[in-house]
Amino acid sequence: MEKQTEKLTIKTHLSAPSEVDINSLPSKLEVKNLRLSYGKDEALKGIDLVIPEKRVTAFIGPSGCGKSTLLRCFNRMNDLVDSCTITGEILLDGDNIYKPGIDVAELRRQIGMVFQKPNPFPKSIYENVAYGLRLQGVNDRRTLDEVVEQSLRGAALWDEVKDRLNDNAFGLSGGQQQRLVIARAIAIEPEVLLLDEPASALDPISTLKIEELINDLKEQYTIVIVTHNMQQAARVSDQTAFLYMGELIEYADTNTLFTTPAKKQTEDYITGRYG
Amino acid sequence: MENKGKHISEQFDNELKSVRNAVLSMGGMVEKQLTDALLAIESNDGELADAVLSNDKKINSLEMDIDGACTRIIAKRQPTASDLRLIVATLKTIADLERIGDEVKRLARVAKESFSSDQKHLLVSLENLGQLVIHMLRQALDAFARMDGEAALEVHKADGNIDRQYEAMMRQLMTYMMEDPRSIPKIMDVVWSARSLERIGDRCQNIAEYIIYNVYGKDVRHMSTENMADTVQRKR
Repeated sequence: MEKQTEKLTIKTHLSAPSEVDINSLPSKLEVKNLRLSYGKDEALKGIDLVIPEKRVTAFIGPSGCGKSTLLRCFNRMNDLVDSCTITGEILLDGDNIYKPGIDVAELRRQIGMVFQKPNPFPKSIYENVAYGLRLQGVNDRRTLDEVVEQSLRGAALWDEVKDRLNDNAFGLSGGQQQRLVIARAIAIEPEVLLLDEPASALDPISTLKIEELINDLKEQYTIVIVTHNMQQAARVSDQTAFLYMGELIEYADTNTLFTTPAKKQTEDYITGRYG
Repeated sequence: MENKGKHISEQFDNELKSVRNAVLSMGGMVEKQLTDALLAIESNDGELADAVLSNDKKINSLEMDIDGACTRIIAKRQPTASDLRLIVATLKTIADLERIGDEVKRLARVAKESFSSDQKHLLVSLENLGQLVIHMLRQALDAFARMDGEAALEVHKADGNIDRQYEAMMRQLMTYMMEDPRSIPKIMDVVWSARSLERIGDRCQNIAEYIIYNVYGKDVRHMSTENMADTVQRKR
């Protein structure tokens, strides 16, 4: 009989991805000593963190901790607030987005944003997605058709709307509207997608679809998500930052942060204890 | 563990507390079973041995109850961080406690055998080993109750002592078997009992590892005691 020399190998898909050192990943955005005040109130008290490329980064923390404020800094949405003063730097691929002379419209093309409440335009589904390109002066029907289909596919909405592209976008369900807005955001090929509570106004099934979509989108885009739903952060993100009262308390690999957080404040927050 | 704040959800606190209390009662029952089984062997008390045998069902059903409660907590509360580690440690601990219960049942069966007076000396070293194991189990349960990682490390170290006693006892029993082959069946009963006690020590060691996992967030299974002490030291 032939001698059995084959080694016993067992393959499972259980193994936890080994702890990732965030600083060793290629960075897309880099926040350096960022301070932001609304009038006299300091909302961000010196934040330093690195957002790695083509990964999902989640910001969690109680209301008023500064997570949405920080997210809005990435495409200079806070510029629209009069009393807002900002110091420090945010580097996009190494360039400070707050340096004088930066084209904010171009910045917002590179860094797209999706809000809590879906905000489609009062136009057809097709025109909603084509809107950004039309603004850039693209009117060629073939190009537009192509981009609209690709974007709707990218946002996992194509199959549901392909037969009614000319219907008004308001006829879609909330979850579909949110995916439409994501399709609109990716139509102009941004590099970074900022998602501010993208699923908090949606039902559980639509929420899962958005989460699935986020997982698909990270192949192509760097994603930053703000969420109140900690389980959502745990499910969708690769790394998680916990903010509290304008400070970055802990920033770590998501698996680590949700099983063995290093700081007591993080532990208290994610386990739902009084601080 | 006590110094951790309360959850915002008092209900969640109560659920975790009742799971923990149930584990401690289960541990208490297992400890009593072990003490009784050894006492039954020592005093050749068949009635007590029968009681131990039938009490094991209570331990089994407590394990199932705690399993159910933990499953409900996972489904409803999605525990994270130390809460999650506590649930995982609990589920594993009760599995080991249940198996300790099974080993105790074997001891109780031996207690129902009668040993002639010239065989009684075989049981003396079994008692000594038994006392060591009872002590270790008690320490492990105490460490669980207080979620004390340092105490768990001590429990883990104590198993070496039990293993040495067990080996010594085996050598002695083998000598007896060679001297008097007719006594082999009886001696085998003692061998199996010693083996059960030694296994209980190993399971206490497992429980110590789960406690360390819960307290320090480090999986220290299959590590040498020195490495384990190192890991705990670094986490402290």
